[in-house]
Amino acid sequence: MNNPLLTVENLVKYFPIRVGFFQRRIGKVRAVDGVSFDIKNCEIFGLIGESGSGKSTVGKTLVRIYKPTGGAVWFKGRDVTKSTKENLRFFKKEVQMVFQDPKSSLNPRRSIKSTLEDPLIVHRIAQNGRDRERIIGNLLQMVELSPNYMYKYPSALSGGQRQRVAIARALAVKPSFIVLDEPTSALDVSVQAKIIHLLQGLQREFHLSYLFISHDLSLVRTIARRTAVMYLGRIYEIAPTEKLFTSPLHPYTRTLISAVPVISKEEQEAKPMKQSRGGEIPSPVNPPNGCAFHPRCSLADKICSQQLPEIVEVIRGHFVRCHHVSFNMPSVKQ
Amino acid sequence: MGNKYILEIRDLHVHFRVYEGISRVIDGISLYIAKGERVGLAGETGCGKTVTMKTVMGMLKIPPAIIPCGEVYLNGRDILKMSPKELLQIKGTEISVIFQDPMNALNPVFTVGEQFYDVIRFAQQRFSNGGNLFRERIRNKMIAALKEVILPDPERIANSYPLELSGGMRQRVLIAMALVNNPKLLIADEPGTALDVTIQAQILNLMTKLVEVKGISILIITHNLGVIKETTERVYIMYGGKVMETAPTNVLFRNPKHPYSQGLLSSVPRLTGGEIAEGIPGTVPDYITAPSGCRFHPRCNYAMPICAQKEPPLTMLESDHYVACYLYAKQGGQNE
Repeated sequence: MNNPLLTVENLVKYFPIRVGFFQRRIGKVRAVDGVSFDIKNCEIFGLIGESGSGKSTVGKTLVRIYKPTGGAVWFKGRDVTKSTKENLRFFKKEVQMVFQDPKSSLNPRRSIKSTLEDPLIVHRIAQNGRDRERIIGNLLQMVELSPNYMYKYPSALSGGQRQRVAIARALAVKPSFIVLDEPTSALDVSVQAKIIHLLQGLQREFHLSYLFISHDLSLVRTIARRTAVMYLGRIYEIAPTEKLFTSPLHPYTRTLISAVPVISKEEQEAKPMKQSRGGEIPSPVNPPNGCAFHPRCSLADKICSQQLPEIVEVIRGHFVRCHHVSFNMPSVKQ
Repeated sequence: MGNKYILEIRDLHVHFRVYEGISRVIDGISLYIAKGERVGLAGETGCGKTVTMKTVMGMLKIPPAIIPCGEVYLNGRDILKMSPKELLQIKGTEISVIFQDPMNALNPVFTVGEQFYDVIRFAQQRFSNGGNLFRERIRNKMIAALKEVILPDPERIANSYPLELSGGMRQRVLIAMALVNNPKLLIADEPGTALDVTIQAQILNLMTKLVEVKGISILIITHNLGVIKETTERVYIMYGGKVMETAPTNVLFRNPKHPYSQGLLSSVPRLTGGEIAEGIPGTVPDYITAPSGCRFHPRCNYAMPICAQKEPPLTMLESDHYVACYLYAKQGGQNE
């Protein structure tokens, strides 16, 4: 594959915790604590993790809703964390985001037309009203809605239709990269299936790249080419999706996959053994020392609580952050 | 009759009077749960799952709700004919519910212990009027209940406010509360949906174990088919206020018969990968102008003229496997 479209280097985002009248800082939430990955052209990259793992913060920091505390994001050869005016304008036209809940991401008091018009005006894509109307009609057709929908308001649409409008809004500026933050988790499975097909079709047609953020592992399995697993602000495993699900190497990944409720015998048999002693995700305000998973991990020993393991490429394209990675390697066991 | 089933719903209709007319949200469902059985009720948003739950719990506000006909027998007694006082007596002691969102189901201004105390005291009101010995006994019962749901340090948890606990711990507290008075039937509305998969797995595991040990029947209401598959023995698939198909869970997931069940199952992404189906065309109908005949026919690929005219009856395919669809009704007619 050619050069990556987007490279994230050691991205850090801390949120200060403030108290009192003078908003004194008393600590920080380490939402994202050094995340690195790259996304290639026309690639769907999955990002999974439990709530509180920082996956949404990564998405929001990438599209510059949050300003990163540290690190660099290279997009098409430019460092977009340096917020010059020119950089931002270029970046915001190329990178768009679709949010989880279409109910709250669309303004209920504005018609679909008025919502979709904004990006066209801001980025000077169409100057006169008739052009804009034509483009909006096309956009709605792209997401398989009738152009008549532009005169409706979000309250007249179902959840699936609203999410289609949100996708149309993201497509309005002809981006090359879209961050999808749990785009279907507010929808029913039969509607989800349709939205996923739409997203896959658009990706092929316009050669888009997606960062697909989700907690639904089965969904990521069907849509993403490569997948990263996040836990407490760090990435613990990155691998081609197929590899990640058939031979997960990190104990956390195994635990996560084994916990998914499934509907068929084949899936049940394909699950790895869980390697966890139970417990819950710790607070990112006060994360455990060393490997953040060690209090829940069944392989953990002394070193795990003292030293954070480095992320290493153990097999081509398969990166893991674990002191005991050899334990889960099939070749070593034999 | 009354002895075999813990819960039996017969031809229940629940309508709502709204501005535009009458919304027929539940339009004739029948459902039964045997003693000690784990039953699932699956369906998408707006299919009437929660209204069914509320009816069974006697939580419906009448009006706006109207129940034109139907019977709901709990242990042989019709809930719909009970007085409010009788209803209060069975809640928590014969029938218990675990709500969807553990964040909102507990009162934030009272400690867990205070809320727990009320739950236990309420059930035993008739036997005591308070006093130290009584308090002591309730306290012990509460601690035992919290231990049962594998909460570490139950004393501390009893003294903390809900907001000091994590989602998984709150859900455990709710399970403990629901089970403390030894109900005969437990209803779980979307258990663990608000939680992460690893925590959800722990919770479901715990719930099914406790239910089995205590011999309680459970009705799990959810849209998550994976949860149904992993926790129940028999399942009802609901759509548009009606039961479309019911069968033992393994049978239904291996061999769904109703076009809706088939569409639903093929839409679920698999952990083993592979393309997912196109979903089901169209959207859920509204209940005021619900489609005539089979409520699924406007979205059904196999719809026949008769589907729009007459409501399909539940047809038995094999023992315990019933489908409400004319594709199978015809076959059945020929066989008989």
